[in-house]
Amino acid sequence: MAADSVEREILIEASPEVVWGVITEPEQIGRWFSDAAEVDTSPGTDGTLTWMPGGRGGGDKEFDAIVPIRVVDAEPFRRFSFRWNHPEGAGPDENNSALVEFSLIEEANCTRLRVIESGIDAVTHDEEGKARYIEDHEQGWERHFGEMLDYVSSKLRGATR
Amino acid sequence: MAVAVAEDDALWAAVADPTRRRVLDALLEQGEATTTTLAQGLPVTRQAVAKHLTVLNRVGLVTGRRRGREVRYVVRPERLDDAAEAMARVAAQWDTRLARIKRLAETVQAEAGIDF
Repeated sequence: MAADSVEREILIEASPEVVWGVITEPEQIGRWFSDAAEVDTSPGTDGTLTWMPGGRGGGDKEFDAIVPIRVVDAEPFRRFSFRWNHPEGAGPDENNSALVEFSLIEEANCTRLRVIESGIDAVTHDEEGKARYIEDHEQGWERHFGEMLDYVSSKLRGATR
Repeated sequence: MAVAVAEDDALWAAVADPTRRRVLDALLEQGEATTTTLAQGLPVTRQAVAKHLTVLNRVGLVTGRRRGREVRYVVRPERLDDAAEAMARVAAQWDTRLARIKRLAETVQAEAGIDF
């Protein structure tokens, strides 16, 4: 796992086909992610996620927040990935966008859904910070990161409890 | 992550040591503590705790205030926050989204009324 990535998973009591529908159908995306979505699962297709004023996660905004996404890879019922958060009008690449990768694994009457978001730094750092980040970081740092993140996030939860 | 990267490295290095994490844990639990009170609850010497506190203080994770002959330490949670905020936020957001996906998918599956 890269230093600037997070990996999360959940076990769902539904078939991979059903889970696939929930993560890829625009109408369903509007129930768990943005408030509205235009998404086509063909690789290379551009779409948008829209957060609306008063909607989920955009409650204090006055205008629609429209975030571009581009589907990278889609294998029905198994894998779905897209890049997002790149600047409007620019094509997404590893330097200006984060990559979200879903994988669906069938297990006894369940689907294990895993998500990895990587390249978070590309959308949270400025250019100078990014360049230094790449220079400064070797493998050792990455090895620690998962453990550290768990630790720190548990502390943050503890501190605000 | 707005903090300088070199500063981040020192921060991670400080937190990378398991004993220092236990010192931080103990300090978070006690709210405010001295080297002596921290050492009482940990399987390390007072001198070792003092050394760890020096490292934690240097990167700004804890801050000490002199009260008479003793120094009382507190955790600065905003420093933990500085380094991990973006990542912790992303992870928490995905936890929320995955939980929603689970609920939606299980509802669809139940309505379909078929085992697979």
